[in-house]
Amino acid sequence: MSAQNNAAASPTSGAAQQTPIAKQKRSAEERYYYASQRELIWWRFTRHKAAVIGASLLIVLYLGALFADFVSPYTMDTRFEGFQAAPPTTIHLLKPDGGIQPHVFGMQRKLDQKTFKWTFTEDTSKIFPLRFFVKGEEYKLFGLVKTDLHLFGVEGAPIFLFGTDRLSRDVFSRTWAGARISLSIGLVGVFISFTLGVLLGGISGYFGGLVDDAIQRVIDFLIAIPGLPLWMTLSAALPRDWPTLKLYFAITIILSVLGWTGLARVVRGKILQLREEDYTLAAQGAGASDWRIITRHLLPGFTSHLIVSITFSIPGMILSETALSFIGLGIQPPAVSWGTLLQDAQNLTAVAQQPWLLIPALFVITTVILFNFVGDGLRDAADPYQR
Amino acid sequence: MLLYIVRRLLMLIPILILMSLVAFFLIELPPGDYVSFRIQQLKMSGVEVSEDEAERLMMQFGLDKPLPARYLQWVSGIVLRGNWGWSLQWNKAVGEILSERIPMTVVISLLALLFSWGVAVPIGIYSATHKYSVMDYLITFLGFIGAATPGFLLALIMAWLLFTKLGFSALGLFSKEFLDAPWSMAKFVDLLKHLWLPLILVGLSNTAGTIRVVRNNLLDELNKQYVITARAKGLSEWKLLFKYPVRMAINPLLSTVSWVLPGLVSGAVLLDIVLSLQTVGPVLLRATLAQDMYLAGSIVLILSALTVIGALIGDVLLVLVDPRIRFGRLAK
Repeated sequence: MSAQNNAAASPTSGAAQQTPIAKQKRSAEERYYYASQRELIWWRFTRHKAAVIGASLLIVLYLGALFADFVSPYTMDTRFEGFQAAPPTTIHLLKPDGGIQPHVFGMQRKLDQKTFKWTFTEDTSKIFPLRFFVKGEEYKLFGLVKTDLHLFGVEGAPIFLFGTDRLSRDVFSRTWAGARISLSIGLVGVFISFTLGVLLGGISGYFGGLVDDAIQRVIDFLIAIPGLPLWMTLSAALPRDWPTLKLYFAITIILSVLGWTGLARVVRGKILQLREEDYTLAAQGAGASDWRIITRHLLPGFTSHLIVSITFSIPGMILSETALSFIGLGIQPPAVSWGTLLQDAQNLTAVAQQPWLLIPALFVITTVILFNFVGDGLRDAADPYQR
Repeated sequence: MLLYIVRRLLMLIPILILMSLVAFFLIELPPGDYVSFRIQQLKMSGVEVSEDEAERLMMQFGLDKPLPARYLQWVSGIVLRGNWGWSLQWNKAVGEILSERIPMTVVISLLALLFSWGVAVPIGIYSATHKYSVMDYLITFLGFIGAATPGFLLALIMAWLLFTKLGFSALGLFSKEFLDAPWSMAKFVDLLKHLWLPLILVGLSNTAGTIRVVRNNLLDELNKQYVITARAKGLSEWKLLFKYPVRMAINPLLSTVSWVLPGLVSGAVLLDIVLSLQTVGPVLLRATLAQDMYLAGSIVLILSALTVIGALIGDVLLVLVDPRIRFGRLAK
């Protein structure tokens, strides 16, 4: 709102003529008192350094998953004849003849006469420069736009940032392809359990009585059962030959059907608390419907708390999917998620020789920790009027 | 008190019935059954199975009866004769397979709980008494990472590190020579050598969480008037700390048992599979894959039941330890 407008709107009021000037020269303290709740939450969140860093890294991860085909130099199924279980390619900066340019050396493969294992050594005589925005294998971005542009690549020699697996596929490309399922299942699963949790928790808290008792007993029951054995039997019930998408949603539903209890508890507790507030009583007295009271007066009161619980339950979902796929009861190959990638790492002797197969595990752990950082920051920010 | 325990025990009955129903019907859910799984397996190895043969197998395993009849048979067997049914996959009684493995899983989960408390409480106390010191920040930070790190993935990494750096195979609970040996001192020592890693990993996130709880509770407690009074009267810091505040700070841990325990059991089952321990996890995995329903159903049922009972014991202990807590309705 500009000063002229404000003055024109209320020319007779002296106070109105002062506000625009005050707006320009507000002190930090004044700004604090004028700030909306949203601004306050934002300020508090940005003060939490770990949460800000966590949030930005998560955005990078999710963008990477979204543009997985572009980020990775190859498709997840491309096989490289003769590069079975090859170690990660090192990127060198200093050229042997001086000068700085990122490059990789050619790889030489030798059969160890004693152990009959292939070993890989760098052939420093062959230099292949690393290039960005190169043309490579064709793919369809988002399944729509046909393109062959990749973020980076090397012409003349393959580049495996995370090495290759037993079937000589690039682990780096597969990790990003797997990120799609692993990262999205957390969001989709939490969305379903969020809907269930808010609905059932809301009903439980608002209406109370018998309904409340029944829902609470169900929650008690679900919380008391060890989740994993139950998930295992449930996912074992899914036919192995279902298409990936169907299996994906079935597993998401299994995870969220058992995962809504925590959210329902939060919602119920908050509703019980807000239901007794004067403004709810006032709305009831004014003849507002239950639906209107819940959605207009109660829900906004604890949205921030909901966001916090959601942030904390996403990593749980991601982990559950990883665990299920890891033991072979989740997503089925040829589809890849971080869990199916880790199946290769189940064999200790294989991991001893190809430790890079554990890299997807680092991705899972990092993602989970980042979500926890963000959740922690959000929890501090959720109630900006506190302290 | 006695009345409270009896009431809680009675409340267990409907929960257990519900659990057995869930366990049984979940396992019956998938299309096909053990016989079809077996026939498919035989076909893959080149053996043709005739219709008569298939029918005979169905009869033999009692799979020709309707679902409710099979459920009743299973449950009545458990309740009346302590018979958990027959594992089709192992061709052995379920009770026999589980008699050694279930206790192992329970022992690992419980020891992991005790271990995590044993580690977390002293650290939490130190952290609270040295508030805002470098160590406190370090503990808080590590605790945060620990709480978020999934045990089974860490197990993968640890197993690899131990194997390549120390040549120590963390897999299994026993060394090869003790696997089928009868219990002896040497076998026990061997078990201890393998048990520490699963204990740390299963209890990891709980340890981190407990440190935080103890620290916060103790900080609250230390700011109370009675502590200030005691200090003013010249009580030694040591006695001042342990006489009441620490007791107050660790009491709530008992009330967390009811929701910590299911997590520990889940974690233990998963870790069993990753580290291929001789416990219930790998058996459950194979049983669910082969639709060996009595075995899988019994495991899910037993684990759930033990968890619920464990939670009950936690609640009862809480009442015994903290006399301020009263259960049941107020007497008029």
